[in-house]
Amino acid sequence: MSEPQVLTYTPPRDDVHTEPGVIRFVIIALAMLFLLVFVVLPLVVVFASAFSRGVMAYFAALAEPEALSAIRLTLLIAAISVSLNLVFGVIAAWAIAKFDFTGKTLLITLIDLPFSVSPVISGLVFVLLFGAQGFFGPWLQAHDIRILFAVPGIALATIFVTFPFVARALIPLMQEQGTQEEEAAISLGASGLQTFFRVTLPNIKWGLLYGVLLCNARAMGEFGAVSVVSGHIRGETNTMPLLVEILYNEYQFVASFAIASLLAMLALITLVAKTILERRLDEGQVPRDD
Amino acid sequence: MGLTLTWLSVIILIPLAGLFLKTLDLSFEQFWGIVTSRRTLNALKISFGLSFAAACVNLVMGMIVVWALVRYRFPGRRLFDAIVDIPFALPTAVAGIALTQLFAQKGWLGAPLAELGIKVAFTPTGIFIAMIFIGIPFVVRTVQPVLLDLDVEIEEAAASLGASRWHTVFRVILPSLIPALLTGFALAFARAVGEYGSVIFIAGNLPNVSEIAPLLIVIRLSEFRYADATAIAVVMLIASFIIIFAVNRLQRWAQTRIPAH
Repeated sequence: MSEPQVLTYTPPRDDVHTEPGVIRFVIIALAMLFLLVFVVLPLVVVFASAFSRGVMAYFAALAEPEALSAIRLTLLIAAISVSLNLVFGVIAAWAIAKFDFTGKTLLITLIDLPFSVSPVISGLVFVLLFGAQGFFGPWLQAHDIRILFAVPGIALATIFVTFPFVARALIPLMQEQGTQEEEAAISLGASGLQTFFRVTLPNIKWGLLYGVLLCNARAMGEFGAVSVVSGHIRGETNTMPLLVEILYNEYQFVASFAIASLLAMLALITLVAKTILERRLDEGQVPRDD
Repeated sequence: MGLTLTWLSVIILIPLAGLFLKTLDLSFEQFWGIVTSRRTLNALKISFGLSFAAACVNLVMGMIVVWALVRYRFPGRRLFDAIVDIPFALPTAVAGIALTQLFAQKGWLGAPLAELGIKVAFTPTGIFIAMIFIGIPFVVRTVQPVLLDLDVEIEEAAASLGASRWHTVFRVILPSLIPALLTGFALAFARAVGEYGSVIFIAGNLPNVSEIAPLLIVIRLSEFRYADATAIAVVMLIASFIIIFAVNRLQRWAQTRIPAH
């Protein structure tokens, strides 16, 4: 019955892994308060302001021709930049993950670069290239080609800022999967394209979707870079975020927040989809069931 | 392969090279004159100073948020985990007008703060708040996986050797998080320095007082003073290169410190 006295002090299990209840409570409360004030409240303000004059005013603001043309332009720009970055993101990730070559680190750094450059600078570089005083400006003017203050310029700036998303999502995934399956396919007589579409693509589909999702969200929401190259021609070169700015500066708060609420909804949908995809990707790490 | 490089150079390399080529139009005296002019210097000071302060807040608050999310179970934990990413996902212009509305003198938070005599919107404090907002995900998302991976056994060992919980946290756990914390800090800092959309609405944009460097670039461009805009951009670009380099170094340091299991 009586066990020998243990001489060393063993702390109660609770004490080892966690802090006293009071501290735990304070930390959780601080974390929640911080996120509520800085993240949740701004989001709530967007919707509250958009509907502050009622549902009718909200939809009336969205049905304005200016709003509709901004929505159309935003969708067009997103379609162009996402599809181009999708193709080149896959190729870039493929090259980096499956082959060894000199300058690989440099290539990765270059791909990451747009993330760390101010959006304003991303716009500026295209003004310097294609603007009236830019390197190609005089030539473009002579041939009557408009890049700046027109759709091509907005698309270029958007492609620049969204460049890293697809490649970044794919590189770790492709590296982890290695080249064995592709080698097997090739040795069994599959062509390069067959191998890509039948072996590689199915393996990376969730990662690809993840990259496209984030790329699209940024493409639709980009403000700084697009603002510099767009020229703010009403009904022509205003994307949704630019229209948000213009309406806000004209004190048309309901209209501004109505457009903003569409973008906020896009952000929320993106987040939900992202969370689901992340779970998929985590599951993908255990052997797949076919 | 060649295709990737061509695309990469068309989209990224040539535009950036163009930026540096453009600065070569300027003599060094001209460049120095632009960069050290009072308005530019003040804009740079505001951008870098407030970004540093905001990154410090994010370092501390980010650590608290990560700790709560990883170590504790409480109602709504998964939801709070998901909303950390909102500043990433929300377009900057939307964040900008929302924060302005929230902190304006008649806003939900601005009104009570005004009664305390604190003015946030259209002052440097507003810039500071916006910079905290956009920096939130960086510290949380870089530290979270590291804390999740940390062996609980190390803590048990420390405790069984007689360390108090306080000791274990500050002498055992925190030191192994330092590379991740610094990486998150650097990323939040870099993002805040270059941030434009979420800051300009709440900033007030008074030259020398609440005018950030990216806004000054935009203003110079609209005045067709391309050389001025380029010079400021080059200074900011060099700063971001230094930060990228530091982050890469930090990550290598983190890998050598904690051997992969």
